[in-house]
Order: sequence, then C-alpha cells, then structure tokens
Amino acid sequence: MKQFASLFSTIDQSTKTTVKVNALTAYFNAADDIDKLWTIALFSGRRPKRAVTTTRLREWGAEVAGIPLWLFEECYPIVGDLAETIALVLPPNETRDNRSISQWINNLREVYKADDEAKKAFVLDAWARLGGTERFIFNKLITGGMRVGVSQKLMTRALARATDRDEAEMAHRLMGNWHPDDTTWHALIEAEDASADASRPYPFYLAYALENGPEHLKAPADWRAEWKWDGIRGQLIVRDGAHFVWSRGEELMTDRFPELARAVDFLPNGTVLDGELLVWQDGADAPDSFNKLQARIGRKTVPKKLLKDAPVLLHAYDLLEWEGEDIRQAPFKERRALLEKACADLPPDAPIRLSPQLDFNGWDDLHSFRDGARDAQAEGLMLKRADSPYLAGRKKGDWWKWKLAPLTIDAVMIYAQSGSGRRANLFTDFTFAVRDGPDLVPFTKAYSGLTDAEFRKITAWVRKNTLQRFGPVRQVKPHHVFEIAFEGIQASPRHKSGVALRFPRMLRWRHDKPLEEANTLEDLNEMLRIYG
Amino acid sequence: MRHEPVLTFTPKGIYCAAGDFYIDPWQRVDRALITHGHADHARGGMGRYLATHDALPVMRHRLGEINAEGIAYGERLTIGGAVVSFHPAGHVPGSAQIRVEVAGQIWVASGDYKVIDDGLSAPFEPLPCHHFITESTFGLPVFRWEPQETVARQINDWWRTCASDGKTAILGAYSLGKAQRLLSMLAPEIGPILCHTAIENTNAVLRDQGFALPDTILADKDATAKTHPGAIVVAPPSALGSAWSKKFGRQESGFASGWMAMRGVRRRRAGDRGFIISDHADWAGLLWAIRETKAENIYVTHGYTEIFSRYLNENGWNAQVVPTQFEGESLEASDERDNAA
Repeated sequence: MKQFASLFSTIDQSTKTTVKVNALTAYFNAADDIDKLWTIALFSGRRPKRAVTTTRLREWGAEVAGIPLWLFEECYPIVGDLAETIALVLPPNETRDNRSISQWINNLREVYKADDEAKKAFVLDAWARLGGTERFIFNKLITGGMRVGVSQKLMTRALARATDRDEAEMAHRLMGNWHPDDTTWHALIEAEDASADASRPYPFYLAYALENGPEHLKAPADWRAEWKWDGIRGQLIVRDGAHFVWSRGEELMTDRFPELARAVDFLPNGTVLDGELLVWQDGADAPDSFNKLQARIGRKTVPKKLLKDAPVLLHAYDLLEWEGEDIRQAPFKERRALLEKACADLPPDAPIRLSPQLDFNGWDDLHSFRDGARDAQAEGLMLKRADSPYLAGRKKGDWWKWKLAPLTIDAVMIYAQSGSGRRANLFTDFTFAVRDGPDLVPFTKAYSGLTDAEFRKITAWVRKNTLQRFGPVRQVKPHHVFEIAFEGIQASPRHKSGVALRFPRMLRWRHDKPLEEANTLEDLNEMLRIYG
Repeated sequence: MRHEPVLTFTPKGIYCAAGDFYIDPWQRVDRALITHGHADHARGGMGRYLATHDALPVMRHRLGEINAEGIAYGERLTIGGAVVSFHPAGHVPGSAQIRVEVAGQIWVASGDYKVIDDGLSAPFEPLPCHHFITESTFGLPVFRWEPQETVARQINDWWRTCASDGKTAILGAYSLGKAQRLLSMLAPEIGPILCHTAIENTNAVLRDQGFALPDTILADKDATAKTHPGAIVVAPPSALGSAWSKKFGRQESGFASGWMAMRGVRRRRAGDRGFIISDHADWAGLLWAIRETKAENIYVTHGYTEIFSRYLNENGWNAQVVPTQFEGESLEASDERDNAA
C-alpha cells in the first residue's frame, strides 16, 4: 500500500498538474501491472465490490475510537467523508504492513462472503496494521469512490507518457465498462486490438461556451449551426448486432432507453452516433421539457406507462464510426454528409432522427435563430467548424455552445446549510424565497455561483444571524437578496411554491437590494405562464 | 445554599457583578479584563483595561492609546467583592485564563487555550475551580494534534525541498502567535527567513519583551527571490497568492492551521501544502484541561459548542452552551481579519 499511498499523497497535496502527471508517470513506470491496473480503475471511479456495509463500518469505527456512535455521526457531515472520519477518530498508528494495493483488494474480496464477525476481525486487524494515509485509503477501498484531484485527462496523459503511446488512443482505451476483475494491464493498455470490446465508446467532444456572440469567429461560411438541445448527450453504438447507449459521464444507459433497441433494425453494424436523448411526443414539433426526461433518467427499468408518457428519441448530430471504421479525423462536413446518408432511409417511427442544421447566411441570421430557441425548446445554438475533426474532451476552437441568457429572479435567502468535503465548515447550500404579501414562500435551493470570498462572508453572517436550527439547517434572518439564474421553469405539485426550476444558481449577491425589492410569488407565476 | 453566579453571560460579554467588570467584552464597557490580544478578545474603546504584562505591548500596538494596567501571572488583585488573578493559557505569548473568586466560589474564564508547551508562551496551568468557561474550537474527536517537533520536521522538510528546487516557500500564518511559534520551529540553516510587515511588526514587539525568535528579514519591496534565494516567507494568509507574493518568483505556498486536519478544507485552502498545527486545544486536550480543573459546571463558548457540551453532559459534567462573539481559529474570518490563531 505504501507505493500507492505515496502516489496518492503527492497528488492530493498538489494543485499543480505537472506535479501530478510526473508522479503518475513515475508510478506507471515502477509499479506492478496488477497494481497499475487497479490504480487507473480506482482513479476512474471503478472500485472493488463492497464487502462491508457502511453501517457496520461506522459502528466498528466508533467502538475502536472509544466514542459514542452519535458523536461519530456528528463528526461525519462536518468532515464530509466517511473513510476520512473513521481514519481521523481511530487511535493514531504507524503502518506495519507490506501488502500492495492489489493484495489488499484481494484480501478484501476474500471476506466478501464471510459473516460479520470475520469481516470485523479483518477490518480491525487492518486498522491496527495501517496508519495515516494508508488507513484512509483502506477505508476508501471499502466505502468506494477514490476521488482525488486527477482528471481522466491527466491520467491519460501520464499513461500515454509512461507507455509511449498516443493520448487520444489511451483515452479511447480507458472508455467503457471494463473492470480489473475481467481484464489485465496488458489487454487494456498494451494489446494491439484496442476495439476488441464491442461496447467501448469514443471519448465525447465537448464544446466551450461562447460568451460574446459569434462575430469573432470570422467567416460565417466556415461554420455550421444546430439547436443546442436540452436533453442528455448520448452515444449510440451498433456493433455485432447489438446496441449500446452511453452517457457523457461514461455510464452505460442501454437498459434505460429500450426504445433505442430497434436501432439495430435500421443501422448497419459498425455505426456510432453522437446525439441528444430527448422526450419527444408522437407528431410534436418540439421536444418536451427536461423535466419529463428526468423521470426517465432516474429509472433503471422503465414501466410501460412511463414509456408511453415520455417516449425518448435520439437526435443524432455526429457520426463517429461508419462501416466499422473510426472516422473522427474526417472533417465535420464529411461526417455530416455520411450521417445524413445513414439517416436518409429511417422510417418516421424510428427512434433516431437527424438533428437539423440551421440555414444561415450571416451572423445576424443566427442572432434571430437564437432569439427563437426557447420556442423550439432548445437552450441555444451549437456552432461547429465545417472542417473540424471530432476531438476528445473539452477543446477550444472548433465547437462552441451559444446559450440563451438564463432567466433570473431576485430572491431572499431564508435557510442555510453547510457543505461537506471541500466545502466543510462553510455555508454553501441555501434556500431562497419569494415574497407573498407579508410571507416568504420558499421556491428553490442553490449551491453555486458565489466566489470563495463571498461564501466566507455569507458564512460569517449566517453564524451571527441564525434564528433557529433544525439539525444541520439554519433558519436565518430574511435580509439578503440574491439574483437567482435558472434555465427553465415548470409547474410542480411537489413544491410548496408550485414551481420547479432547472439548474438554479446564484448569479449575483444583490447588496443593493433591500428585502422589499425581492420578487414576488406573482412574478414567479408570471414566469411560469410565459416560459413554463 | 444557593450562590449568585460569579460570572454571567450578557450581550456585552462575560460580566462579574461583584467586581463590576467584564472579561473580553465586545461592546464598550468601563472596565475590561482581557485574556489575550487577538481582535475578537481585545477590542478597542474600553474605559480601562487589565491584562498580563506580557499581553499589554501587543494590545497597545494593535489598539493604540489605551488606559491599561498590567498584572503578573498569579498575582492576586481585589476588585470590589472579587479576587482576580491571571494564569497562563498557553495560547499565545501573554495569554491568560482569568480566575475570579467571590465568597469561596471560583470561576475560571479560560479564553482561548492549548495544553501543550509551544516553547514560546507560558505553558497552560490547570486551575481547580467550581465553574469553568471553555472554548471548543476543535471540540470534536477528529482533531488530534501531532507533537510540535513532528510538524516542525514536516515544515522544514518542505522548505528544504522548495529551496533545493529553486522555489520560495511561502507560509501563511496569523500575525500574532502562530507566526512567531512557527518562526521558533524553523531551522535557520536552511535559508533566510523573511516576514511580511504585519508579522515583522509583531515580532519586534515580542522581541522587545525578551521572547527569543530567530533572525528574520523584513520582506519589504526590495526583497525578492533574487536577493534571498532559498528563503521561506512567513505572511498572513490573505497574502498567499496575492500580487505581493508574485515577486518571490517560483514558489509553493503552505498554510498552518488546525483546520488542515480535514482533507476537504486542506484542498480548499492550503495552496500547495497544509500543516496541522493549532494554538487551540485538540479534543483530548480540552477533555484533559476540563478534568484537571475538577469543575462540575462547564460553560462552552465558541466552536462545536452543542456537540461538545452534549458529550460533557453524558459523561457526568453539568455543561451548557453560552453564546459568544469569539471566533477561535476561524477559517472564514482569516481572510477578512487577521486576528485569530
């Protein structure tokens, strides 16, 4: 564990990418294959099967620390991480153990089927042998989610450097649903045939936000425009007679969208589409709101009624693989032409549609398209350079998203709650209300949008202006007005105010506005009428 | 027999009716007894101040012209119907617990304290009493401080590595107390030690009083990475990453605070490195201090007050939370006001 712990500490202690990449590269050059495999698995969110429930882990942690369980439970939200809380309360220790990270994972696997008593003996023995960072990492192996400041991008770069391979190839190799239990370092990283796994997706190309309009992009003729849909980005793979649907977060969503099973009837093997999953009613000329789609995202299996109420289509806007060939290096206009060809013969009831391109001559045309985006149930426009390849990750220059300005409302802060993890000890989660006569009606929560300095300032204020506490939530004096920005508004019987907002966040702290100038419930309902 | 409480908690601060004085008041009062010079305990505008001889110079430096008297540790003074004395709290140089005795009832207001000897402040001295007022800044079992020499080794190792990599090490610490404690922990053979003006001014005050600090250099506008290669710069936290720090060229920043015990906070605030060191007592330190007083009644002020007092109540003490405006080692206040260590 020492070797892995030292890598972990170096990465965790530094904010500098070069330091992290160097540490990773050195590790990939020195460690055993099986440890390297587990390291990339852990850093990309894969983890060993959970052998011990967190309930047991808390009880044993409190017991060994000699503190009552309630006190442990109070510490946990403050620290923000279960593995760390346990590591902190246990009596201090030096590490006296030479097992590697993969050996520990194997040992953990051996107790998977054991009874609680044997599991407890194993965990307590591990705590007695491990100290400091190693003990924290051991706890992390059990609780899962080794989140550390390493992006997929950094890990890919270090792997590419250590193995002397191309970064884009490495990114592709790391995609998909591999797990250390069913592959090897050699098969995953070094073997010649990287596409052996039929389900393996391509890394998504992500657009940058266009802040000040498209004029600086020079010649309009070099660009193509599409609606920016408000759905879920998805990659549809048809290979070997089977289909796979991946989210941008690299989650396999095939079973969640059974509609797309028919893709194999319409698309030849060796086809990979990039597009947007949208709820689209039969015969409608625009998709339903994101709210509708949300009901589908949460479901691993879909009941018939929901399938009928919220049917999902893929609006395809790019073609990454055609006739079994990776065509990401071809210019966008050529990929688009092939995509149009692939979609030409789709029957009207197919679950796949071609996402239309918007015809425009100059930037003025695009401004008017964007003004009409809300009517088309779109979030704005996408601009893609006609001769651009399909890159991996977020790269500046060829793809831009030009979003609509958000809707905004001025609201009063009424509750505050402290964050966890990085934001422990700061009040960062707030509930906002609109005025309704003399009353305040809560209508949304928001967590983001303020600077660190503003969060510190509001935290100091909350401490001094708490009216009442409800567990971790503090009711504060209604005083501060914030401008809340959001992307959409929907009627919602589940909320007291009757509305639900899409992606609410704090746009500005309105120091200049007294309470009396905050918006009212009537204003909110008017927005619902216009934009809902 | 029922006693009137010797000390009461009022909106102006902790009040002693028998002696008609306040301890660390946060509003203007005639007579203020001050535990130590941090801004949340020693505020301006009081009619008269009483503090230890060691605390006064810094208070004068920070508050300007004040009408103040000094008192030695352990010296007894009668104020009205109360007998008061000041005893070492180990928090920062000159810091004190204030013992107040009225008709055989003994109360101790401990201000901020730590129970380990930092080699600079007079070490904490437990005082038997009936009623003990304690802070709880780090009153959770997740806080456990390592021995000072361990942290000293971590800081010096970091500085040495920075120096050999051609980088300046910039260490954030509050200007009164923590900064001088860190200075006393540094190994001067590694390289030059530079101090930001706010810290160097406090150093001068403490040196005049005879506190032994290593030689330091004022980080004025002429001091750069070129003039002082391999240096460590001790600066208030607000100076980390500021325009001021740019002149030190390639650099790493570190932050020394008890809050660095939490990984989340460390990642948010530490810059490159976080060192876990505090001038407040950790969980075990607080419990040890409380046990040593033999007090049955505990008043818990700033920090994790509710959790800490619940624990005390479950373990045989009669504890209650009292509202205060003290901040302890507040991570949030540190950027706005350089006061709490």
